Amino acid sequence: MFVLETKDLTYVYGAGTPFHKTAVNRVSVGIERGEFLGIIGHTGSGKSTFIQTLNGLLRPTSGTVLLNGKDIWAEPKKIRSVRFRVGMVFQYPEHQLFEETVLKDICFGPGNMGLSAAQAEERARRAAKFVGLDDELLGKSPFELSGGQKRRAAIAGVIAMDPDVLVLDEPTAGLDPQGRDMLLEQISAYHRARGSTVILVSHSMEDIARFADRVLVMNEGRAVMLDKTKNVFARGRELEAMGLRVPQITSILLTLREKGYPVRPVLTVDEAVEELRPLLRKGGAHHAQ
Amino acid sequence: MDKSYLSAENVSYAYPAREDEESFEVLHGVDLGIRKGEFVALLGHNGSGKSTLAKHFNALLLPAGGKVYVDGLDTMDESLKLEIRRRVGLVLQNPDNQLVASVVEEDVAFGPENLGVPPPEIRRRVDDALRAVGMYDYRLNAPYKLSGGQKQRVAIAGIIAMQPDCIVLDEPTAMLDPRGRTEVLDTIHSLNRGKGITIVLITHYMDEAVGADRVVVMDDGRILTQGTPREVFSQVRLLKAHQLDVPQATELVWRLRREGFDLPECALDTAECVAALEKLLPRPQKI
Repeated sequence: MFVLETKDLTYVYGAGTPFHKTAVNRVSVGIERGEFLGIIGHTGSGKSTFIQTLNGLLRPTSGTVLLNGKDIWAEPKKIRSVRFRVGMVFQYPEHQLFEETVLKDICFGPGNMGLSAAQAEERARRAAKFVGLDDELLGKSPFELSGGQKRRAAIAGVIAMDPDVLVLDEPTAGLDPQGRDMLLEQISAYHRARGSTVILVSHSMEDIARFADRVLVMNEGRAVMLDKTKNVFARGRELEAMGLRVPQITSILLTLREKGYPVRPVLTVDEAVEELRPLLRKGGAHHAQ
Repeated sequence: MDKSYLSAENVSYAYPAREDEESFEVLHGVDLGIRKGEFVALLGHNGSGKSTLAKHFNALLLPAGGKVYVDGLDTMDESLKLEIRRRVGLVLQNPDNQLVASVVEEDVAFGPENLGVPPPEIRRRVDDALRAVGMYDYRLNAPYKLSGGQKQRVAIAGIIAMQPDCIVLDEPTAMLDPRGRTEVLDTIHSLNRGKGITIVLITHYMDEAVGADRVVVMDDGRILTQGTPREVFSQVRLLKAHQLDVPQATELVWRLRREGFDLPECALDTAECVAALEKLLPRPQKI
């Protein structure tokens, strides 16, 4: 059984007005329990709208969202509990920090779930570890933290709710390469340790290539591809036609492949070296050309 | 003083101390000259001092030690501040923090209005600036309805309308999607080539630096290395030792070369990398 599944999911903004716009158009996908799913699509592809239907922030215009096999809108009054089980980290989540201390901020989610103060704090401390926030920072005001630390505090606040599914919308936007790598390594470690499902929405194909098991590609409101990461990036030219970009290394090997060289698509420079080495050895005699 | 348009001479800078903290020096004696019309990419980690240095070029920050000259004007001379800002415009990372008006063309007019430009001239400048960034058709739109790349191009138009000689851009694409990044980069390059505007582009993206005339790499408040993109990215070992990336094309060729394959020292992009590999690979079977 899928942890999350959508059936014919459609979301229309401004339905019934002259400005109506179908942002998500009959999307039927299943998300496997415990997978790391990447979602890509250029701005306006419907990916942000799509993820907001997954935890009931937006109610589908038609179609259904199933969480552990149950329609999340079967009992609209209980939609709040869905938001604890599908945890959402929005873009620039640090703008939402508001408590006096970092610890209190991280406790806010679990506290809302009805946990005791002690339980909430235990969860918060564990979540802070996952995202690499030192204990000494927990007593500080969120506003004393650096940008990267704030970002991690905000993510810890969602992780502390111990959701079945963690959804992150562009979690590394605006971070430098080091900050980006560190944050994604931490999310990946959390994913491995907890075995929970992680959904990562990102413009960075390099990040998706490194971490995602599978990739969902959205274009003009539709789910146009859902497959293993390598298989999706092997269709690099189709992605480019949708305004997406594959990692440079993937593009290099795709180009060679199109020229007739027997190379398979790759996602990283390491893989490219492995792929090319035997071929180059074979061609070794032709150095002089 | 040499004939550099922008010139930093032995510049040091420390962010002022906060209570119970020491002041924090982020630039340690930087020398850098940038010629008129040059396209310079400034690379480095967060905290390397690259943004701090860039903010000296329009007198937003003043050196604690050393001198900064813009077109020969000393940034320490308070009476020259307006003259300097008229010459060097600054574009920041987040377009939402830079747009102030509710209509695109009003936003672009904001700068020249402040400079006291007469209205008919403002009209002409705004139209020209919007055309230069490809946003003329959106002149009556509301900025908040634009995509990130479009907003950033409007922000650039607002600078162009002041007719600067130079634009300093501090990670202008960090918040944009791939399409928005391409739009903004194409715009910057066309301003450089078409209008001869000097560009200082601060970026984390190596592929954006590849198109520059010169790449300057900063680390720990100093210039680590500089040169043409090819000269800089050939120094893979140095860059990696400072945890800096090189383009994947460059890294692939460098690693295979280290294994003994007869590849060039540096490939900057996909095309160069593919061409270099094709020289060594056995000819493909006809397909």
